[in-house]
Amino acid sequence: MNSQHPNTPDKPGTTGTIELLPVEIEHGERLLFRLTEFGRLLWESGLNIGPRQMLDVAETLNYIDIKNKEDFYNTLKSSLLTRHEQEPIFDQMFGYYWFMRDNPNKKTDRGGAAKREERQMRLPPSERKRLAEHLNTNELRKELRQEMRQTERRRTHQEQDRYDDENDEAPPQGTAYSAIEQLRKKDFENFTWDEVQEAKRLMAEMRWHLGLRLTRRKKPARNGSYPDMRRIVRRNLKYGAELLELTWRETKLKPRPLVIICDISGSMSLYSRLLLHFIHTISNGLLNVEAFVFGTRLTRITRQLKKRDVDDAVRDVSKSVQDWSGGTRIGDALHYFNHKWAKRVLGRGAVVLIISDGWDRGDASVLQAEMDRLQHNCHRLIWLNPLLGSPDYRPLTIGMKTALPYIDNFLPAHNLDSLIYLGNLLSTIDDSKPDRSPAARHKAVEAWSKPRR
Amino acid sequence: MQQEQSSTFTTIEDVQKAMQAQHYIADRSLATAVFLALKRRKPLLLEGEPGVGKTEVAKVLATILGTDLIRLQCYEGIDISTAVYEWNYTRQMLHIRVMEASHLNRQEELKEIFGPEFLLRRPLLQAIDPTNGKAPVLLIDELDRSDEEFEAYLLELLSDFQITIPEIGTIHAQEPPYVIITSNRTREIHDALRRRCLYYWIDYPSLEKEYAIIMARMPDVPEQLARQVCTFVREVRGLDLFKAPGVAETLDWISSLLALNQKELIDSAVRDTLGALLKYQDDILKVGSSDLPKLVQKARGVSR
Repeated sequence: MNSQHPNTPDKPGTTGTIELLPVEIEHGERLLFRLTEFGRLLWESGLNIGPRQMLDVAETLNYIDIKNKEDFYNTLKSSLLTRHEQEPIFDQMFGYYWFMRDNPNKKTDRGGAAKREERQMRLPPSERKRLAEHLNTNELRKELRQEMRQTERRRTHQEQDRYDDENDEAPPQGTAYSAIEQLRKKDFENFTWDEVQEAKRLMAEMRWHLGLRLTRRKKPARNGSYPDMRRIVRRNLKYGAELLELTWRETKLKPRPLVIICDISGSMSLYSRLLLHFIHTISNGLLNVEAFVFGTRLTRITRQLKKRDVDDAVRDVSKSVQDWSGGTRIGDALHYFNHKWAKRVLGRGAVVLIISDGWDRGDASVLQAEMDRLQHNCHRLIWLNPLLGSPDYRPLTIGMKTALPYIDNFLPAHNLDSLIYLGNLLSTIDDSKPDRSPAARHKAVEAWSKPRR
Repeated sequence: MQQEQSSTFTTIEDVQKAMQAQHYIADRSLATAVFLALKRRKPLLLEGEPGVGKTEVAKVLATILGTDLIRLQCYEGIDISTAVYEWNYTRQMLHIRVMEASHLNRQEELKEIFGPEFLLRRPLLQAIDPTNGKAPVLLIDELDRSDEEFEAYLLELLSDFQITIPEIGTIHAQEPPYVIITSNRTREIHDALRRRCLYYWIDYPSLEKEYAIIMARMPDVPEQLARQVCTFVREVRGLDLFKAPGVAETLDWISSLLALNQKELIDSAVRDTLGALLKYQDDILKVGSSDLPKLVQKARGVSR
């Protein structure tokens, strides 16, 4: 980096218009220091910013008038930000670092930059905590810290309750390890604590493969169906103008994207935590897995599941999800998914996996419309229902009845065996389209409404 | 030396004004991003909903710089032979036959076959061609439609602005092109690529800005109609639609209304032309069924 920063002020007397850095214009080394500190703050709040970006920003600032706070803000933003989702975090941090920290009395005036983005999104708890840690050194922020302590305390209460609940449901009975065979067939509902641990271990050992799809890309192959002209010309130069050796290319195959939408409402509470482990094992081994959970609303948990350690990941998920074990509104959740996420994650022949018991408290007509739309937009729509494990289960709830015609594969998800079966199914999904004609739909519904066995 | 062309823009205002002169109304923040992209020669990654004018930025930029626009439309499976270069095999083979007939030296023959006259230049190679007088604007449109393999290749190209053709050697750009990348987010662009770019999210315009855009693009529109349309469109965007209309749709809708000789919004005409604004049947039903007269009333109320 240039040790001499070109933004040394040519006019030492500051003009009156500057609100950005109220005491004096920061420049040279001081500015670099502040920038680095700001970069670190952003990094701590979860933005992926390294020294390279900071060097880059320092250089970029040469081109603008840093005394103009709006330009300064815009420049930092377009240089450091890489995702639309992170804008609120950036804005908050920017407002805090460049306005509030030095200038506590101006707290109400959040500065032009932050004010323009009137999105008013709150930081997720984890970010607030990080911010609090950063603030620790700064005594001016006491009140903010108090607020944060409160929210944290409240959260621990909830967690405590949840922990108690869990203990009620699955008291450690000290039973011996069941034989794996037996365990595989046992309903999750009846698992003891030890069995849950064993099941988690077994799940972690499962290996997943997704069905392949044809891409538009070609790759060299021994026996393909497309001539590889570049290689043909090169190889045959030695024969003069005759083409004697032919080389080929064939279509490249890639695994299909998988989108998991998991119900975590109250009626699913026995299953949802184990199923989260299951989702983690799937998404960890595979690229291209997007995961969402819903109760009354939909939360994307893909990023949280990227953590290697399953317990860390599940803990992160539980923190970011607000509506554990609440009511279910499948239709609304799917509506939100279709509107906000479908375009972004359902490309390239995705397979959608919905995990829910179908106890819907929402509007059936919404559910129907959204299921229809969802099925249209994906290659295969699989619904896993833990209740399906019981032999006399029939889809009689309104939610399940409404959704049934739009499901391509309706499968149980109550024990380890059913998950293994699912794994096999996923790996066999090919390019053939499932039968979605009205007749086929009718038949499927008929088949399910008869008592089985 | 490199700064020569871009030095015409010494301030952000210059960029903003130049874009406005080309009928592109840019926020100061967008102008800042474009300005920095020019100065730093960094790629500018533009994201936003379809129809908010991402591609247009590149076109306008090429015009105000007085340089060529080279456009690469991405799609799944796009590869070197369609994006970078390809040998003209037919000509190569014909040439070999001719040479064989005239019994020429093999070494020379080889050299000639892989010479520039047999090379088909695709957009990326054109963009870094050292014989380009002025640095062109390279528009990589809808990058999200391509696949990871192409993105990885692009990463390499965008960091060095050089392309290696095994038969010829490495081609360096004399003047790196100004790169604009757009994405509709149907797939996440990888972090590695994002970090090499300046990033800007183009939002739906505000009421005032959209009005300014309409007046800039279609000066013949009656003011009253333009105001009403802006208000109406803003209200429609507030509804829970599958695809909210972008600026492109607004402009399209206005021309439809003009074609019907409308001076202001009327229920029936709005109903007839709704297809220009909304592109999904569900959305048309939703807007058309219940609240249409109310929306129209609201839009008209403002201008009175």
